[in-house]
Amino acid sequence: MNRRLFLASFAREADVIRAVRGIRGMGCRVVDVYTPYPVHGLDEAMGLTPSRLPVVCFGLGALGAVSAFFFQSWVATIDWPLHIGGKPLFAWPSFIPITFELMVLFAGVGTVGALLVSRGLLPWKTPLLPLPGATDDRFVVAVDREDALFDAEAITELCRGCGVLEIDARAEAAS
Amino acid sequence: MTSTERWIEGGKTPAHVTRDIMRPLEGGVGLPWWAAFCAALTLLGAGAAAVAYTLTKGIGTWGLNRTVGWAFDITNFVFWIGIGHAGTLISAILFLFRQKWRTSVNRSAEAMTLFAVMCAGIFPLIHMGRPWLAFWVLPYPNTRGPLWLNFNSPLLWDVFAISTYFIISLVFWYLGLIPDLATMRDRASGLRRRIFSALSLGWDGSTRTWLHYESVYLLLAGLATPLVVSVHTIVSFDFATSVIPGWHTTIFPPYFVAGAIFSGMSMVLTLMILARKLARLEDYITVKHIDAMCKLVLTTSLMVGTAYATEFFVAWYSGNPYERFVFLNRALGPMAWAYWIMVVCNVVLPQILWWPNVRRNMAAVFGLSLLVNVGMWFERFVIIVTSLHRDYLPSSWASYRPTIIEVATLAGSFGLFFTCFLLFCRFLPMIAIAEVKGVLVPEEIV
Repeated sequence: MNRRLFLASFAREADVIRAVRGIRGMGCRVVDVYTPYPVHGLDEAMGLTPSRLPVVCFGLGALGAVSAFFFQSWVATIDWPLHIGGKPLFAWPSFIPITFELMVLFAGVGTVGALLVSRGLLPWKTPLLPLPGATDDRFVVAVDREDALFDAEAITELCRGCGVLEIDARAEAAS
Repeated sequence: MTSTERWIEGGKTPAHVTRDIMRPLEGGVGLPWWAAFCAALTLLGAGAAAVAYTLTKGIGTWGLNRTVGWAFDITNFVFWIGIGHAGTLISAILFLFRQKWRTSVNRSAEAMTLFAVMCAGIFPLIHMGRPWLAFWVLPYPNTRGPLWLNFNSPLLWDVFAISTYFIISLVFWYLGLIPDLATMRDRASGLRRRIFSALSLGWDGSTRTWLHYESVYLLLAGLATPLVVSVHTIVSFDFATSVIPGWHTTIFPPYFVAGAIFSGMSMVLTLMILARKLARLEDYITVKHIDAMCKLVLTTSLMVGTAYATEFFVAWYSGNPYERFVFLNRALGPMAWAYWIMVVCNVVLPQILWWPNVRRNMAAVFGLSLLVNVGMWFERFVIIVTSLHRDYLPSSWASYRPTIIEVATLAGSFGLFFTCFLLFCRFLPMIAIAEVKGVLVPEEIV
């Protein structure tokens, strides 16, 4: 079933932040705001919580470092010990460069992978909404029309006060 | 976070930014592009022929001998890896330092990094002699024992460092491209639209996604910053952990990293001065951007100069006769010409950048950036060849001169680099559209 949305496009980041604050002040749910570049202050206006991806990054980095270190130690001491001039088999300082590189590799690639998967950014996906200009110069606010507190007239009025360019009160998002 | 500093000229709005940066991608390309592309392809062809000849005949086609076992190709390898350091410097380190001017050059510099690392990778590969067994450098369970690798070897650390660097740079570059690919998708139609639709992964500019995206971008910058330092550090370990006088020194890691940034920034300057002119991007890559990059070149030139002086001082102060000989031989021996080209191009000439008028003169900066790259190529040549050609045993002293095959391989690597870069300029936005929109002079936030 398609989701019914109310879309309002703005030309300036200051306007869109004011509009989002106003809509949330009315108790209505702002589904999302689509912008051509990250607008600082908008996440606070929308009441979003900070990303938890740094935790994923830390975990994967730790996994990469630990597995690289243990693998090298196992190879050098148990599976294929090489005697080189009587030097110790467990030569841990020389395992550090590869441990570091694999920490970066796991953390970097894994975190980007987690971002793409968690936000549904996949090659066969297309945007769910028709958003003219949201990747160019428009800032588009999407409000849930099925919200119990949704009042089309009041929101239209509020958006006009914030300098709205265009309103689409009948948008539907493919689901 | 409001900043009043203006980096983009011409009073641009976000719509102007989209239009200006897409112009070279949506219209046709001009004659200069085709001329450059044909020249690059010719060089690439020459290089491909030289590599094919090397693979069929073996590396006896090179000028190497028993004394000078590393020369031209390892010089080229270190040279290209060095060039590849500016991209991550600009995209990661300058991001952490909140240098807003990076937004106009980071995309091209990251692309340059990828192509330079590709060029670098070719040289150790063809030097292996049997490159079809190159996969033996990876630790995988095999039927030869399993015979694992020697994890104590700096050459193996290099394999991990450079492949990690390439993968992380590629991921960083692609992550930055996604919003711009979506912009391209929304302006295109037909097949182009389908291609950009798949590449942009359904990006719609949602603030919820931007929130996570910015967090990941910061994390990647934090990871890439020590990575970029580690890569050239490990390349320098290839030399520093040996017992060859002239290689066996503790100054090598910082010296190599400074040199890498120096040569990489010079290559960025070369490419950006050409690109801003040809793609009419003077409002985006302004004289102020060139000025900022020149200051980085000057700083790293001083660091490299200090390293050259320190090496000489340490050679004298060590009291080691072999060490002293190597350095005297570098500056006064049969390859002194290479040493003095290096000193003049890397230390003497860049001092003109102290004058603001020079930093703002495009022709002067362009000329200097080319000379710095010549100088930095010779730096690696001097380090590698002069340290080897006269070793502990005078009876084994030898000289070295490259064969035509080696020269053609170097030319071919330039061909590969410029072919890739020109294709990039033709098909992808050279400037990070979304990032530039974010640094247009901000309005007051209410």
